Amino acid sequence: MSTIAQKKGFGATLWDFLTTVDHKKIAILYLIAGGFFFVVGGLEAVFIRIQLAIPNNDFVSAGAFNEIITMHGTTMIFLAAMPLLFAFMNAVMPLQIGARDVAFPFINALGFWLFFFGGVFLNLSWFLGGAPDAGWTSYASLAIHSKGHGVDFYVLGLQISGIGTLIGGINFLVTIINMRAPGMTYMRMPLFTWSTFVASAMILFAFPPLTVGLTLMMFDRLFGANFFEVAMGGNTIIWEHLFWIFGHPEVYILILPAFGIFSEIFSLFSRKRLFGYSSMVFATVLIGFLGFMVWAHHMFTAGLGPVANAIFAVATMAIGVPTGIKIFNWLFTMWGGSVKFTTPMYYAFGFIPSFVMGGVTGVMVATAAADYQYHDTYFVVAHFHYVIVGGVVLAILAATHLWWPKMFGTMLNETLGKITFWFFFIGFHLTFFIQHFLGLWGMPRRVFTYLPGQGFDAANAVSSVGAAFMSIGVLIMLYNIIMTSVKNVKVGNDPWGDGRSLEWAIPSPPPFYNFKQLPLVRGLDAYWLEKMAGKKGMTPAEPLGDIHMPNSSFIPFMISLGLFIAAFGAMYHRDHSWGMAVLILGLLVTFGSMFLRSVKDDHGFHIHKEDLVDESDKGVKA
Amino acid sequence: MKRLAKWRLISLFAILALVLSGCSGERFVSALRPAGEVADMQYDLMKLSTFVMVGVIVVVMIIFIIIFFRFRRKDESIPKQVEGSHKLEIIWTVIPILLLLILAVPTVATTFHLADVSPMEKKNSKVLTINVRSHLYWWDFEYPGQKLVTSQELVVPTNEKVYFNLKSMDIKHSFWIPAVGGKLDTNTDNINKFWLEFDDKRANEAGNLFYGKCAELCGPSHALMDFKVKAISRDKFDAWVTAMQGIKEPQKAQGDLAVQGQELFNQSCIGCHAVTSENKMPETARTAPNLTNFGDRSRVAGILDHNKEKLKEWISNPETYKPGNLMTGKYPKMSDQQLDALAEYLMGLKVQE
Amino acid sequence: MHAEEKMTYEKWPAAPEKATLEAKNKFLGFWLFLGGETVLFASLFATYLALKDKVPDTSQHLAKDLFELPLTFVATMLLLTSSLTSVYAMYHMKNFAFKKMMLWLGLTVLLGAGFLGLEVYEFNHYVHVYKHTFTSSAFGSAFYTLVGFHGAHVAFGLSWILSLMIRNSKRGLNLYNAPKFYVASLYWHFIDVVWVFIFTVVYLMGMVG
Repeated sequence: MSTIAQKKGFGATLWDFLTTVDHKKIAILYLIAGGFFFVVGGLEAVFIRIQLAIPNNDFVSAGAFNEIITMHGTTMIFLAAMPLLFAFMNAVMPLQIGARDVAFPFINALGFWLFFFGGVFLNLSWFLGGAPDAGWTSYASLAIHSKGHGVDFYVLGLQISGIGTLIGGINFLVTIINMRAPGMTYMRMPLFTWSTFVASAMILFAFPPLTVGLTLMMFDRLFGANFFEVAMGGNTIIWEHLFWIFGHPEVYILILPAFGIFSEIFSLFSRKRLFGYSSMVFATVLIGFLGFMVWAHHMFTAGLGPVANAIFAVATMAIGVPTGIKIFNWLFTMWGGSVKFTTPMYYAFGFIPSFVMGGVTGVMVATAAADYQYHDTYFVVAHFHYVIVGGVVLAILAATHLWWPKMFGTMLNETLGKITFWFFFIGFHLTFFIQHFLGLWGMPRRVFTYLPGQGFDAANAVSSVGAAFMSIGVLIMLYNIIMTSVKNVKVGNDPWGDGRSLEWAIPSPPPFYNFKQLPLVRGLDAYWLEKMAGKKGMTPAEPLGDIHMPNSSFIPFMISLGLFIAAFGAMYHRDHSWGMAVLILGLLVTFGSMFLRSVKDDHGFHIHKEDLVDESDKGVKA
Repeated sequence: MKRLAKWRLISLFAILALVLSGCSGERFVSALRPAGEVADMQYDLMKLSTFVMVGVIVVVMIIFIIIFFRFRRKDESIPKQVEGSHKLEIIWTVIPILLLLILAVPTVATTFHLADVSPMEKKNSKVLTINVRSHLYWWDFEYPGQKLVTSQELVVPTNEKVYFNLKSMDIKHSFWIPAVGGKLDTNTDNINKFWLEFDDKRANEAGNLFYGKCAELCGPSHALMDFKVKAISRDKFDAWVTAMQGIKEPQKAQGDLAVQGQELFNQSCIGCHAVTSENKMPETARTAPNLTNFGDRSRVAGILDHNKEKLKEWISNPETYKPGNLMTGKYPKMSDQQLDALAEYLMGLKVQE
Repeated sequence: MHAEEKMTYEKWPAAPEKATLEAKNKFLGFWLFLGGETVLFASLFATYLALKDKVPDTSQHLAKDLFELPLTFVATMLLLTSSLTSVYAMYHMKNFAFKKMMLWLGLTVLLGAGFLGLEVYEFNHYVHVYKHTFTSSAFGSAFYTLVGFHGAHVAFGLSWILSLMIRNSKRGLNLYNAPKFYVASLYWHFIDVVWVFIFTVVYLMGMVG
């Protein structure tokens, strides 16, 4: 990234990023913003573990603790994990299918800015009277009666960033369906692209229920509606259903891309084709499908009755089957291979036992009758951290090391990467393994403290020590990023030497049009096949010609800014007379910008053939 | 890279040691020390699923370790590009399905068994039914058949099924006695029903006092919304019921200090706190814990040691001990002398010796 | 084929809404968007069904007291007809008959505006005659949210089609704006389909009780 900064002034670079519609730059924006929120959410986690390190601690107050856990969960899911995965989807998926950009570059930028402004809005709550404190699930009876504007920040911020995610999902779907290079059939797509595809489809169908839930809660809290007001005929269980109809698919929206990332890594560093590719694809699709059928297992103790509980228990167990298929396919990808233990491979290797642990406890919590004991205890906290940290976060860290050279043209330091891994991995197990037992010993989750004499003390202390290890790991990684960016040693197309998919066939970072000529794909692992056939690069599928590219635009920023302004108006319209005016002003900015976009013709521009010939040399070096 | 393997082995042994050393928590609060039929069934399911899952983990780990040692990159040769193996893939599809069936059958059976509350719904049912009403940070227990109300400390007979109607009066909570059975939410919208059974022998071993918890985030003092369960034999339970039913009028305080305390109580506290067990007020009017047998209880406010000092501290500043509680500010500030009197009176509210 | 190229009847392709890659993307993306919208409305329908007739006290009116068939029937007819007129408009768009397309789109907008007018009258009626408001009960909240969301979609669709008509009134059809017209009409059909469900679930089932 520093090369651009050296060539242009800071102002020009900033303007470039504010208006960019290039998927690679948007990926960098997602990476920076997601990384920032990851650190914020991590700090919140550290505060949680400090508070719980000893019984009856008063490091933070009870109210503040609830704000911290709410923001930790919300930030990590919506503002860290999703955007970081979006960063890699944006950076890599179009390259993997041999496309010059995504289907809707403008929408892509809009998606980012909506997420960004939603996230900023949510986090401004810390400075404007207090953060949301009803948990990331924001159950209605608690959320409706929560004082102050905390929950309003949650409701409005997530609506804004949720729209961004939704349109991002549509964009990826259309990109994958319409913009694959010649020869890139569905069953030749790399697994990461497949998982992006399935996750995007899940986003499309899972986010609207969340939007509806958030809207209803917004109406209740800010506009006098009575959806969740029992005395007025309302019903709080509606929220639980809407939230989990979104919430459970969300888990798979996060984990499937993680599976995709690890599939790439296992195959790449074993120098072997992915074992059982078609069953991997099938399992991915099946998990995506089943993901919508199991939401009520989050509500086993809500009193839905034995019939519903039994059905959802069995449906949930069924997900164990495709997940098991994946685990064994990964193992057998390495079996008989030539496994090189690079940093990404460390993460992938560490992922197997960690995620298996999270998976088996998943089956345990699916047994409805026993879940009455696990539900809302530290056992569940341990379970989902094994899935999210042991699966998603390890994948994000692995992907960061794997694709960093592709995104920035320079490698992260391997030694530091491995040190990061060890700190993070040991810290992770130290923190969360013991929490299974804490839950079984009777410790509910989301408690700001616990009384001594219940047998919880030692285990909590151990858990807090683990959090320190993880923090050290993250700090080393940040140091690694800064250090290697300063050195900025340039690398070639295929820095790992074993690249299989198309992204490794083009320069690092790729030129802004990605492929001078669209590549011809002859099978799975397209680039690997060409290499094995003794060729240096891909065979072009078209003669050198003009390339059509989209124009940059500031409008996505403005549309998102309008909603950001409107959200303040909506929140304060009952307290201040200016609220309604601000709400209308914000909506005017948004709809005005949309109108401008609609009526102003934007045909993009063409890079001419002659310029491409000149640029080809620069592209490789830069 | 021997470190990885070594660490794995060590951790494996550590886990095993942890399990074997009987690290199963405290008797009165741990789900791993079941003390009743429901907790037993749930514990059996836990064990079954753990065994199955440990089996899966062992298989994965064996393959995992072999890969680690056998398939590390030694030279630059290109391994054979295998597409897959139908035989293997069928094996690891079918075996998990079978394992899940082994789990699913008892899961479904137990789920239905635990939800069977038909005895309480029969007309003229003789079973003991208790209406649990959760409030912001305290619990109200009504015995409709016995026509009495108590709070914070649930009293139940052992060796018989006790049926519960659960509802919340403000914000959703969840009713959980870990050692005796899983939880069920107290919703704001509807009544949830389930049953529990308290085993006499194991209740004795646990000191006849189980810890109960709120398991659903309900506000700042969610962590402090504990209650206690006194599980006693049927005879003792009947004696307790009779004693409670005997308190038709507020008990007369004994001693000067206590009499002073009662006067104070009648001025400042009785608006919310009842001191008779009779169940005349509708549940919505019972806005604070019933204190009829306060002197018999084991905790102040569900969390503090049961002595006068703690009680005085609690009354003088409840916000410090339970942030966000609804008692703070509802009564005038008390002098030290007044607190002494109140504590003397309240601690004297006993129904049994 | 460049999108901004000047078009003639002879050069006009059979499926102008999908002639360029951009158009193809827009076409597919919009269908997917409608898939998401379907789930959105499904959630609102489920909420409405759960809260139907849920009022705090007996003095409040229920669905069977509120709804009147003649009014909603006329509204339904207006919207169904507008869907038909937009089909004609797209037929002419495919035949490169710009003037006719504009005519039929204009009719569509008029019918839609008529529908919207009736809805405003209807809401006003409930509020003032029956005191059935957004804040009076959970039933009121759910009713106005579901039907109002649909109404907002109608209003948005109207302004969308109208601004497309004004923007392109002077320059006729080309491969850049043809997909825009097509997608707007797709949106209009979707709104119509949602209304059919509202008519059935809210009004017909409401009157049965």
